[in-house]
Amino acid sequence: MPPRTLFEKVWDSHVVAAPEGQSALLYIDLHLVHEVTSPQAFDGLRVSGRTVRQALRTVATVDHNIPTTPRGSPITDPIAAKQIEALQKNCREFGVPLFDMDSADQGIVHVIGPELGITLPGMTIVCGDSHTSTHGAFGSLAFGIGTSEVEHVLATQCLPQKKPKTMQIHVSGKLAEGVTAKDLALGIIGRIGTDGATGHVIEYAGDAVRALSMEGRMTLCNMSIEAGARAGLIAPDGTTFAYVSGRRFAPKGKDWEAAVAHWRTLASDPGAQFDRVIEIDAASLAPFVTWGTNPGMVVAVTARVPEVKSFTQEADRRAAEEALTYMGLDPGTPIEAIAVDRVFIGSCTNSRIEDLRAAARVAKGQHVSPKVRAMVVPGSQAVKHAAEQEGLHRIFLDAGFEWRESGCSMCLGMNPDILQPGERCASTSNRNFEGRQGRGGRTHLVSPMMAAAAAITGHFTDIRNWRFQ
Amino acid sequence: MQPFRKHTGVVVPLDKVNVDTDQIIPKQFLKRIERTGFGEFLFYDWRFSGDGQRVVDFVLHAPRYAKASILVAGKNFGCGSSREHAVWALADFGFRVVIASSFADIFANNSLKNGLLTVRLNEEQVADLTRRSKEIENYQLTVDLETLRVEDGQGFAATFAMDEFSRHCLLNGLDDISLTLQHEAKIEVYEAKHPVRAEMKSILAT
Repeated sequence: MPPRTLFEKVWDSHVVAAPEGQSALLYIDLHLVHEVTSPQAFDGLRVSGRTVRQALRTVATVDHNIPTTPRGSPITDPIAAKQIEALQKNCREFGVPLFDMDSADQGIVHVIGPELGITLPGMTIVCGDSHTSTHGAFGSLAFGIGTSEVEHVLATQCLPQKKPKTMQIHVSGKLAEGVTAKDLALGIIGRIGTDGATGHVIEYAGDAVRALSMEGRMTLCNMSIEAGARAGLIAPDGTTFAYVSGRRFAPKGKDWEAAVAHWRTLASDPGAQFDRVIEIDAASLAPFVTWGTNPGMVVAVTARVPEVKSFTQEADRRAAEEALTYMGLDPGTPIEAIAVDRVFIGSCTNSRIEDLRAAARVAKGQHVSPKVRAMVVPGSQAVKHAAEQEGLHRIFLDAGFEWRESGCSMCLGMNPDILQPGERCASTSNRNFEGRQGRGGRTHLVSPMMAAAAAITGHFTDIRNWRFQ
Repeated sequence: MQPFRKHTGVVVPLDKVNVDTDQIIPKQFLKRIERTGFGEFLFYDWRFSGDGQRVVDFVLHAPRYAKASILVAGKNFGCGSSREHAVWALADFGFRVVIASSFADIFANNSLKNGLLTVRLNEEQVADLTRRSKEIENYQLTVDLETLRVEDGQGFAATFAMDEFSRHCLLNGLDDISLTLQHEAKIEVYEAKHPVRAEMKSILAT
């Protein structure tokens, strides 16, 4: 057999059928479900008299809509409440496990899969959510799907798929102190653009990727979709196995040994070919801040808001001009001179324990600027609990941050956590689209450390110069 | 699914690149549990001001495009969130075809499942159609999926590509869940070799 990439190995081992002239039929090991993109899929099953084929390969939680105020307080939005009730009812009717609002395991779907040991290397994983790419950090093929495909997987546990192309992003060297996985992701998207990886599955490789923790790898893979990629993955290694080992639903005993032996075979073979290869020097990266209305509109914190004329394509110039108008920014403004009104630390990109530790390190002994409202939203109840055990919540609360319950929250503002028109936010989330965090809201994407620093100084601040207390 | 064979309709130019699905259907409208009725919320924040007034100079509000069923837009259309609500909103509003120089993968997949045809043309052709639909009153195109051709009868003609299986499904409006279930025996063989892990069997008890 010719040398194969990690992606090809996972793909090949999940092909159920490859009918002549049709897309390959791929078996799906794990289907994650949440309240927003599933009700119409369950309705579809009912209409056609179908059932959920593999309820134990399906795991549901509520994350997008739910308030982050103390649990037990009523959901004031009646339409959101109805959607959550619909998921509860659907899970009961079809026998699907649900980590509900009051569960100690509730959390953002892309946070709880890994932390419960449900996400494992070598799997195929789908979810009606574009940030499913997060799970690729474990060396699984994980991608977002639409609601029709959710119904398809519920009914058949399979998905017809056209085979994507492959891209390797090789990051050599070492990230500097204060430059994180988030900055690596933003640096890549800034370079290749928000459609730079369309139609491709990315494999991240190189010393700088190997050196990342699992939390960092999840952040990097999470943002793959923002470069247009179908998925992003990283070969499993000792870091991966150490993270997975002992988690509640991870294999145990002899099964564990067998699983690790298999996972070790997944790495791309020497000489395996990629359709595209991109080389990145980690040392060339800085902490990044987005200035526009998509994640590719990004510069280093030490840079200035770009001039419109610096874009070569007419369509890009127009897009930049519209973005600057929406963002209320003048070209040439130093990024560090931009003041913020709000800070959001959370989302499936940056709400894990390590993200909160990094932000808390910055916040320790400091105080949030009187002009800023800052909130920390842990990714799951387990993250919240772990942070409280370590006393991180004390650091945040003492510094004037709000400490919330887990959920997607202000990443997409489907719950009451939204920006007001014109408000400017330093956010650890993944999308700075117009209105994403609330109509008229202005989002700047940054790392958790950069967000915490902006909360304290009231403007973007190069974390590399921070005096930690 | 509604089949797609051939469609002639008025073209409206949305002269923007990287139109994300948050713009196509903002999040406040994703809480509905039905598949229908999303058309009125299409491009909501561009069509309506903060106080709910119509933004009169937004292109979809121009009377000449009132009957448009073909949308022409810039590269990377439908990027971002996987929300299929974006496709439901476009279809419910009356669109049958979107033409762009590139589409985000998930959006293109979602379109296929709903009989909304995504046509990829090159940037020059998209620019030409944008110009024509701005300059020519009641500008119409015919999009033919059987011949894979787009033409306006007044000098513009182009061919486009689509993989044969997707084209077959669209032409016939096939329910692809039943197509998959034709492989039931193979799925069973696969599942027999790869049973649900022991640990997952306890998940319902948690």
